[in-house]
Amino acid sequence: MKIEKKKYVQYTKDRSPKSNCFSDSVRAFWVGGSVCFIAQCFQDLYKLTDMKDETVKTLVPVTMIFIAIVLTGIGVFDNIASFGKAGVLVPITGFANAVVAPAIDTKAEGYVSGVGSKIFSIAGPVILFGVLSSAAYGVIYYLVTAVMK
Amino acid sequence: MSMILQYVSAFAVGGALCVVAQILIDYTSLTPCKILVIYVVSGVVLSGVGLYGPLEKIAHCGATVPLTGFGHTLCEGVKKAVSENGLIGVLTGGLSATAGGISAALVFGYIAALIFKGKPK
Repeated sequence: MKIEKKKYVQYTKDRSPKSNCFSDSVRAFWVGGSVCFIAQCFQDLYKLTDMKDETVKTLVPVTMIFIAIVLTGIGVFDNIASFGKAGVLVPITGFANAVVAPAIDTKAEGYVSGVGSKIFSIAGPVILFGVLSSAAYGVIYYLVTAVMK
Repeated sequence: MSMILQYVSAFAVGGALCVVAQILIDYTSLTPCKILVIYVVSGVVLSGVGLYGPLEKIAHCGATVPLTGFGHTLCEGVKKAVSENGLIGVLTGGLSATAGGISAALVFGYIAALIFKGKPK
């Protein structure tokens, strides 16, 4: 069977699932908002205890990371992500998922060269560029405060 | 009343940050990994110019939980360390401020990899 190139492109376009930016954005909004809402609940809950503010500040992301990792492990996270899209990618839950999902999938390649290196496949770039830009800011901040003195 | 407002603003700001990423995904060819990097770097920049601090005061977890908040924490950590210890703070501040989150992701992540089975490919 011979198909013209143009026709083929049109055919695949018609058949591929359409992503609707508007409905994607609406979902991302309320799913992402809900993730932050839940985090807020944990924060207020922790504030009721006698923990220091600093501890609470660390414990909230740690809690969200823990939840995201458990959900990834039992295979629920992918379903939430395919529904909520950027709504779970952008919060810290997406970072946690990006750490653990490749780690679980590369288990067969070994615990050091598989899990050990793939655990950084997305966390690596995020941490690298975060640290780089914050270090650049630190140098600027140091120079500015030195001049002001 | 302020309690309700706090939750509404966390929801709205957190949701809005996710919508921006969703639009980037749909209209550009950026991979999720690049978007996360862009978010962290923007967090550092916004925090550096002094915009993210006020946003955190308004939106609380709506500002701290998205990955821009990770950049904000890095930036605040460096700022604090530089003003306390001088230039060495450039290297020590960022990662010490974010150590909890990073270590949690690595430790829980590794344990999860030990416990759970990967999906058959």
